[in-house]
Amino acid sequence: MSNFETVIGLEVHVELKTKTKAFCGCANQFGAEPNTNTCPICLGHPGVLPILNHEAVDYAIKAALALNCEISRETKFDRKNYFYPDNPKAYQISQFDQPIGRNGYIEIELDGEKKRIGVHRLHLEEDAGKLNHLEDGSGSLVDFNRVGTPLIEIVSEADMRDPHEAYLYLEKLKAIMQYIDVSDVKMEEGSLRCDANISIRPFGQTTFGTKTELKNLNSFTFVEKGLAYEEKRQEKVLLSGGEVVQETRRYNDATKATTVMRGKEGSEDYRYFPEPDIIKLKIDQEWIDRIEAEIPELPDSRQKRYVEEFGLPEYDAMVLTQAKTMSDFFQDAVAEGADAKLVSNWLMGDVSAYLNSKYKTIDQVPMTAKGLAKLVQLIEKGTISSKIAKKVFKDLIEKGGDPEEIVKAKGLVQISDEGALREMLAPILEANKQSMIDYKNGKDRALGFLVGQVMKQTHGKANPKMVNKIILEEIDKL
Amino acid sequence: MSRIDEEQVKYVANLARLSFNDQEIKTFTTQLDAIIGFAEQLNELDTEGIEPTTHVLDMYNVMREDVVEPSLPREEALKNAPLQEDGQVKVPLIMEAD
Repeated sequence: MSNFETVIGLEVHVELKTKTKAFCGCANQFGAEPNTNTCPICLGHPGVLPILNHEAVDYAIKAALALNCEISRETKFDRKNYFYPDNPKAYQISQFDQPIGRNGYIEIELDGEKKRIGVHRLHLEEDAGKLNHLEDGSGSLVDFNRVGTPLIEIVSEADMRDPHEAYLYLEKLKAIMQYIDVSDVKMEEGSLRCDANISIRPFGQTTFGTKTELKNLNSFTFVEKGLAYEEKRQEKVLLSGGEVVQETRRYNDATKATTVMRGKEGSEDYRYFPEPDIIKLKIDQEWIDRIEAEIPELPDSRQKRYVEEFGLPEYDAMVLTQAKTMSDFFQDAVAEGADAKLVSNWLMGDVSAYLNSKYKTIDQVPMTAKGLAKLVQLIEKGTISSKIAKKVFKDLIEKGGDPEEIVKAKGLVQISDEGALREMLAPILEANKQSMIDYKNGKDRALGFLVGQVMKQTHGKANPKMVNKIILEEIDKL
Repeated sequence: MSRIDEEQVKYVANLARLSFNDQEIKTFTTQLDAIIGFAEQLNELDTEGIEPTTHVLDMYNVMREDVVEPSLPREEALKNAPLQEDGQVKVPLIMEAD
């Protein structure tokens, strides 16, 4: 058992999906041809005048409110100075001592217990360009399209005590950003990026140990894995009598290890000072109220409601509310009159399995909420068996449409007419008389075999409940 | 009393990616010291209870609407870049690790 307590804090950058950049009218667009969305302002030419994008401020306030932050009533922008080829101005417009939001929190759920992770601050800044390193090592190519894209940086308190808590924090943060619709939050496109700080200390010690910072964390899983590696590495260092060195490390998934990226001696001195080109902001109650009114029901609230209103298990409610698209789909299907638990079972089972196998989200398949609701209702009414439903589902999710039409077109309606069933069963039972006798003599498994034979020969269309009943009656007659 | 020493000048020069010879360092140390000394006169004022000024203009909330405006044609944007490749600016290899 470890004698050390782990302390983790995260810095997350979220690109805002405004139409234009933070300080100029260039399009904010992922995947455009390199260097086609630039202008003298974002390229940092002398004598230009950047002007703040109103929508970017609205989004930042919205994100801060959704993360339960206090909003700074007066705020300003500052210059953070550094030289790097991805940054033509040689400074980044950011916020130093007056972030838009402070003292918020995100609630995560850990083994059924709720835990609040503090949000230390949230501020608005601009993104840098993108460096593409040439494989032959002859240099790097710079694409300035991303320069000036509005970003919010969300700094957590050092409240996490386990790499898995970091994972849960990120999942929740991503869900909230998705619900309030301020970002695409796609890690693979860089619209959500995360750096992690981690230190360990003997249990009971109140001061923090020396921390290391992890970069190059390309997925939430890598964040968790990188932190887990770093936790063990630091422990080994301390147990062998060494000292943890404050440094930036990179996680490499191929080796599942972290390596030094840069030491403290290269530590930055950003020489922040107030940005003279941007006028101060005054955020009054009216502005805050207007943004507050735009915030939709957030995942925590939906989760609670799914348990109280629809009687879903906590687990279902949590899984269904992680992504807004899934949650919306669920609500729409229930609104169509389908049973909530049955819809949930489909979404968490077959639907999720399909989506995962195709790397798709629920809004990227032709199946509608109405379609799934109808499928669930057809099973409830006994029109189709659950076995047939799987066949209908395959069609439904791949091609969309009306399940009732699919059932009709494919002749898949369940046979529940007793007379018809008896007629169909007679020859099958006659051919399997031995199994009937076996069942009568106490071989329970024989019944399953008989039902199986019937289902096979009726291509799954016979109502299994009725088949069971008829077979038992016939056995009794023996 | 000297307010600025040569080490500080070298440190700031390094941050600004400037390189100076010993004579220049000496000159700038004297000059910067004089500048700081001049600015220090401000400390004679009593600023108790006065909010720091962060901007010379007493204005608030100057913003633009989120409307796309034309960007520069790529050739124009890259015109001053000495090295180019595939529509991008080519710079010496930047390695953060290894």
